[in-house]
Amino acid sequence: MSSMSEAVDLSHSPLEELIVCPVCDATYQLERPKNGERAVCTRCHKVLIAPRRKAGMQIIAVAVAVVVLITAASVFPFLQISAAGRSNSVSIIDAALSFTEGPLLVLALMTAGFILFVPLLRMLLTVYVLVPVVLDRPPARHAIPAFRLSEALRPWSMAEIFALGCAVALVKVADLATVSFGPAFWMFGVLVVLVIVQDSFMCKWSVWNSLEHPKRQ
Amino acid sequence: MTAREAGLVACTRCGRAWPLGTADCGRCGAKLVSRDAHSLQRVWALWIVGMMCYFPANMYPMLLSRQLFSVDESTIIGGAVDLAHHGAYGIAAIILIASVVIPLGKFWAIAFLAVSVRQHRGFASHRRLLMYEVVEYIGRWSMIDIFVVAILSALVQLKGLATITPGPAAFFFALSVIFTMLSAQAFDPRMIWDAQPNDNEASDNG
Repeated sequence: MSSMSEAVDLSHSPLEELIVCPVCDATYQLERPKNGERAVCTRCHKVLIAPRRKAGMQIIAVAVAVVVLITAASVFPFLQISAAGRSNSVSIIDAALSFTEGPLLVLALMTAGFILFVPLLRMLLTVYVLVPVVLDRPPARHAIPAFRLSEALRPWSMAEIFALGCAVALVKVADLATVSFGPAFWMFGVLVVLVIVQDSFMCKWSVWNSLEHPKRQ
Repeated sequence: MTAREAGLVACTRCGRAWPLGTADCGRCGAKLVSRDAHSLQRVWALWIVGMMCYFPANMYPMLLSRQLFSVDESTIIGGAVDLAHHGAYGIAAIILIASVVIPLGKFWAIAFLAVSVRQHRGFASHRRLLMYEVVEYIGRWSMIDIFVVAILSALVQLKGLATITPGPAAFFFALSVIFTMLSAQAFDPRMIWDAQPNDNEASDNG
């Protein structure tokens, strides 16, 4: 971990060589950390830059895997319940669309959005933005608004919360009926881990910087 | 040294510095504001809407469960009390913490931050920042209750034996969570540090 040095005399340094902490507004002379190291704000300890070697390629690979998993996991049965000879199996789409009456329909659409469409859209945007960057090409058309949208959607991507919700739901029905997992349940488990891994690889500053200066990357 | 003291305005999205008065970030296109003066108004407006949704979320039933001949309507707290009566104290505690303690704690924490930023009172910036980060991080996790209701009502559809359908409280609870998240996002954390300029000098050296 390396700490940024405070910019003392800002009048002489070009603005391009400054970085400002988004949380506490502290301004630093830009020093790019080596791959694997992190630049941290000395005042509020926010991680400002955290580059990794080949992070772009890894993020793309994970994003493609996540897209495949989300698509598959939403179609295959997810959980199966059986009691006294009756059984019912549901997919994630069924779970998301279970609120179908009156105002609850809005809730159904929101739920489907949070657990399927927002994560899916984020991954597609990530691939769209990063592929030209990794291949040393000029940025894709509208790459900047695309990455902005992807970052804005980050808190609304709730796949991992849904996974924990499953665990709670399982405990609740356990004494009522027998519950068994479908293939989609395991896909979703893997997906949650991949989403978390990808988040830790992503260095926002590096992406913005390479969108601004495509050749230097 | 902060960007504002240096006569600069920072982009909170990509970290680029621009001369004070620049309207949009030339790198990522975000609107640039040195300190968001209307931030607190938005925080309070969204906070109030979130609070208004939280009351019906606790008064209406969350789950309607039908087993053979009986229909059971349970509110959030009622459901947890039922679980505790059946001896499932652990799950009852999880539900109470996720849907009562955390939402109320969030309301309190956002209100506290919004008030303390105005008053310049002595409460270490680092602790307030920690509070802000915890609120931002935990906020999303309250949606777990909605997902549990969604899973249960899709799954437990055994005709004649047992069925579960969502109650109106689910709608209000989801809205309450969403508005509280928006309220926390509207808060500008840079204001935490403006309130106490002396406190940061000490931590810079340490």
